[in-house]
Amino acid sequence: MDLYEYQAKDLFARHGVPVLPGTVVTTPEDASAAAEQLGGTVVVKAQVKTGGRGKAGGVKLAKTPDETRARASDILGLDIKGHTVRKVLVTPASDIAEEYYFSFLLDRANRNFLAMASVEGGMEIEEVAATKPEALAKIAIDPLAGVDLAKAREIVAAARFPAEVADQIAETIVKLWETFVREDATLVEINPLVRDPEDRVLALDGKVTLDDNADFRHADHAELVDIDAENPLEAAAKAKGLNYVKLDGQVGIIGNGAGLVMSTLDVVAYAGEEFGGVKPANFLDIGGGASAEVMANGLHVILGDEDVRSVFVNVFGGITACDQVATGIVQALRILGDEATKPLVVRLDGNNVDEGRRILAEANHPLVTMVDTMDGAARKAAELAAAN
Amino acid sequence: MAIFLTENSKVIVQGMTGSEGSKHTRRMLKAGTNIVGGVNPRKAGTTVDFDGTELPVFASVGEAMEKTGADVTVIFVPPKFAKDAVFEAIDAGIGLAVVITEGIPVHDAAAFWAHACAAGNKTRIIGPNCPGVISPDKSNAGIIPADITGPGKIGLVSKSGTLTYQMMYELRDIGFSTCVGIGGDPIIGTTHIDALQAFQDDPETAGIVMIGEIGGDAEERAAAYISEHITKPVVGYVAGFTAPEGKTMGHAGAIVSGSAGTAQAKKEALEAAGVKVGKTPSETAELMREVIRSLG
Repeated sequence: MDLYEYQAKDLFARHGVPVLPGTVVTTPEDASAAAEQLGGTVVVKAQVKTGGRGKAGGVKLAKTPDETRARASDILGLDIKGHTVRKVLVTPASDIAEEYYFSFLLDRANRNFLAMASVEGGMEIEEVAATKPEALAKIAIDPLAGVDLAKAREIVAAARFPAEVADQIAETIVKLWETFVREDATLVEINPLVRDPEDRVLALDGKVTLDDNADFRHADHAELVDIDAENPLEAAAKAKGLNYVKLDGQVGIIGNGAGLVMSTLDVVAYAGEEFGGVKPANFLDIGGGASAEVMANGLHVILGDEDVRSVFVNVFGGITACDQVATGIVQALRILGDEATKPLVVRLDGNNVDEGRRILAEANHPLVTMVDTMDGAARKAAELAAAN
Repeated sequence: MAIFLTENSKVIVQGMTGSEGSKHTRRMLKAGTNIVGGVNPRKAGTTVDFDGTELPVFASVGEAMEKTGADVTVIFVPPKFAKDAVFEAIDAGIGLAVVITEGIPVHDAAAFWAHACAAGNKTRIIGPNCPGVISPDKSNAGIIPADITGPGKIGLVSKSGTLTYQMMYELRDIGFSTCVGIGGDPIIGTTHIDALQAFQDDPETAGIVMIGEIGGDAEERAAAYISEHITKPVVGYVAGFTAPEGKTMGHAGAIVSGSAGTAQAKKEALEAAGVKVGKTPSETAELMREVIRSLG
C-alpha cells in the first residue's frame, strides 16, 4: 500500500525523523482555519498518490488564511494524473538553503535493501539517476546487519553531504531505517530532505510503501487505508476477500491463480483486436478454492461493472477439481438469478474436467457457452462482448 | 536425472500436522515422494498416519535429518512463523528448502535469504509463495498436481503456479524432466537463472520452457544469462501485457513501476537472446513442440 504524504510524515514523526507540523483538510474553510492556527505563510499541498504534484499546480504558497482558502479551493478537486485531489495538507512554509534526496528501498535484483542518497534533491530521482548518475550514491544494506550510526556515516560520506549537517543527517538516516524496518515498508523516501538557513535538517516531503503481507503484525496500518479513494468495485471485491483489479475493458475475467489470470487478460486483449479493440474489464483471481460462494461473489462483482458485456471464466483445475468449479458456476447463476444478464464463456481444463463439462452441459444454462481451449474461449468472449 | 529433486530425495515436511501441510503430505506420498517425516516441536515423538503410512514427527529439522537422512524440506508453516522455519532449515544445513507459504513479509524473506547467503548457500531455497518442484514419476515436493503430466525431456521454470500447471498440461504429450515453480514474490531464493543452468547441466532435459510475468527484471537478467551460458533451446512466455502501471496483479511482485518490469520489455529482452516467445500459453507450447520435433 502506498501512503499519502501526510501519512508518511506521520510515520516519520513517530520514529523521530524531523518533519514540520501540518493539518490535513478536505474543505477550503478548514484549510483557512488550519493556516490561522499555524500562523505565517503556509504551503497547501495536494494529497495524491502520484508524483509531479508541483507541475500540475497541486502545491501552492499562501500568505494569509484567506489566500489559503482560495488556494485550497483551486487544488481540491484537481485531477493529477488521473487522481482526484480530495485532501490537502496545510503546513508551514520553510526557508530552504539546500535540497537533498534520501531513500531506503527493496532491491529485488540483489535480494537485499538499498540506500540511495544525493545532494541533488528536489527533482525526480529518476532524472538525477539518468542525468547525473555520479551524484546518486547507492549503498547496499545487509538486511541482517541493518543500519546503525556507523553505517549511516558511511552513507553520508558516500553521498558527500556537507560537514555542517553530516551528523544530523546520519541520525535522521538511522531513524528512517527504523521506520523502514519497524513499519515493514518496501520504500521510505524523503525528497526533498532540506537544510534550512539555520542548518536544521527536515523531511519536507515523504513517500512510503508498506508491505501488505506484513499487515498481521501492524493492526494500526488498517487505519491508513483510504476507503473513499478506492474504486467502488475494488472496495466491494476486497470486502469479500477477492483479489480484484478494475480495468477499462468490456470482457469480465474470472480465473484461478495470478499468473493464469494475467495471461487470460492478455489472451483476451489479443483476441479482442479482431473485434474492434475489445479488452479485459478486470483482473479477478478466485484462487485455489473456487467454491460456489466464491464464484457467486466474483460474478456479482463483475456483473456490477457497467462496462462488462461478456464474462470469461478460465479455470485450470490443478488442486481444484473442475466438477467443483462447474457446480460453483451453476449454483452462482442460481443465486444471482435475474442479476445474471451477460453471456458467460467457460473454459475448464485439468483435474476432473470431463465431469465438470458434463455438469455444465447438463445445467444447460442459456447464458453459458463452453469452449475447450483458452485461446478459443477468449475469442468467443471477445466476439460476444463486441456483439452485445 | 532431473534437477533439484530426484527419486533419491528424502523429504520432510515442516508444518506437516497443519491443515495445508497434512493435505499436501498425503498428495505428495500418493505421487510417490519419499517422505520420511515431519517437524513440529510440540508434537515431537508422535507419528501421523497418512492412509497407512506412519510418518514420525521430529522436534527440529536437525533431528529429522540426523534420524532419517532427509535432504529436502517442504515448508507449509503460516506466514507468521515462516521466517523461523526457514532459518531452522538453513541452520540445519539441509540441501533444499521448498517454501510453499504465501504471504510472507518481504522483510522476512530478505532476512532468510541473507541468512542462507551468510551460511554459505548450502541450502537451496525455492520460493516463497511457490507451488514447489516436481520431477514426474520420481518425486514431488510441493503442491503441483502430480497427475497432469508424466516424465519427459522438457524442463520448466515458472513464476506462476497455475500457468505452470497449464503448460504441463499443454505439453503432456512430451512430458517433463522437472518443473520448478519459483514463485512471484519480490524476493525469491532460486531464480530463473539457477533453474536454467541446472537444466543446461541435466542430460535428461532437451529443451526449456521459461514462464515469466511482469515486475522486477528477473526475465531480463535471465535473457542475458541465456545468451552467455545456455546452449539448449529455450522457449519463453511472459504474462501481464495488459497490466496497468502501479496495480499489483495478484502476486506481491507482479507490479509495473514506471518503465521497469513491463511484459513488453521482458519479451524483447528474451527475443534478443534468441528465445522464441509465445503470445499465448498454447502458442508457447506449440513452439516447444516444434523445438522437440526438430531435435528428433
